[in-house]
Amino acid sequence: MFEFLLRMGDNTLVLGHRVSEWCGHSPVLEEDIALANISLDLIGQTRMWLGLAGEIEGKGRDADALAFRRDAWDFHNLLICERPNRDYGHTLMRQFLFDLWHHERLADLCLSEEGRVAEIAAKCVKEADYHLERSKDLIVRLGDGTSESHEKMQAALEALWPYVGEMFTDDEVDTAMKEVGIAPLPSRQRPRYDAALNAILSKATLARPESDFTHRGGRYGTHTEDLGHMLAQMQFLQRAYPDARW
Amino acid sequence: MVSEAQIWAWLEDVPDPEIPVLSLVDLGVIRGVEVCDEKVVVKVTPTYSGCPATTIINLDIETKLHAMGVQNLHLKQQISPPWSTDWIKPEAHEKLRRYGIAPPKAGSPNCPRCGSANTELLSQFGSTPCKSHYKCSDCLEPFDAFKCL
Repeated sequence: MFEFLLRMGDNTLVLGHRVSEWCGHSPVLEEDIALANISLDLIGQTRMWLGLAGEIEGKGRDADALAFRRDAWDFHNLLICERPNRDYGHTLMRQFLFDLWHHERLADLCLSEEGRVAEIAAKCVKEADYHLERSKDLIVRLGDGTSESHEKMQAALEALWPYVGEMFTDDEVDTAMKEVGIAPLPSRQRPRYDAALNAILSKATLARPESDFTHRGGRYGTHTEDLGHMLAQMQFLQRAYPDARW
Repeated sequence: MVSEAQIWAWLEDVPDPEIPVLSLVDLGVIRGVEVCDEKVVVKVTPTYSGCPATTIINLDIETKLHAMGVQNLHLKQQISPPWSTDWIKPEAHEKLRRYGIAPPKAGSPNCPRCGSANTELLSQFGSTPCKSHYKCSDCLEPFDAFKCL
């Protein structure tokens, strides 16, 4: 269960930090505020997942210790969460592909037989709901926008597509979670994800890539080079000045 | 010994750090108060999980109750059932409107200034995580509206 909670918390932490990198740099003020708010939600959710993970582990590590004192190979997030922001379209496409998965996953976890997991999921799903509303809206507007915005969104989709399959891979942790009623298998979610995805992509006039190839490894600690760079920045303060407070 | 009702009354005087016309009790984030011997337990629920005001809310509760002489205070976070805008007290809606924030409502909010229903969403996210930004198409004033959660 510790492993399962780490995965949930690491997804929201890593993506939350990535999104926060836009703060002060977004193309328009409203978007800057929106991204900062989404980032705050994700990091707030992280505090609940990693807080519970630390409790279950029982070694005295709290959410901060887990966030700031682990190295890249101990992070178990999906690779899509750590992909760099690149241009705005790329950031929004990453958010959309994640939100669509995240919202469904949380809805499933609301039914978890582990009360604490169900409680956290019920809290997070309300936020994931409006994140997804926003992502869907923007994907359609930009996909079906000018020829330049369309091209950028299609390129972002092609670049991120090989990271989507990892969301639906099952392993021994997932099997164990299913057996004790904590969480259903990730693969069960794929048909629902595909149906919703296809509907939005067609509204956005974007073409779904054909290849089924997927990168994987994030959930076991095998990451892209980008995560290390991100952690170097995110963890600097706590590494240089352990237990610093202000 | 201090009574639970007394603690509630004191908490009604603690304003929300972001929207000071509302008290923490109005906002519906105080889930329970228990007094047992000399120990006071206050259960607090977060609004949005990432709301930066959460820690300030806890600090304000501590400051208020310590000032009123409560020594043995425990704050407990309670996330279930999750907070939603339905937890905001009905009488607090009018306070929000007078402050210039449209209270939470399904569908488009009414302009808090002229009351018009002819309003337009400018941005899903406003000055704080809990608000969206709107414009009134009649009086043309921009305003914040409490997001329905």
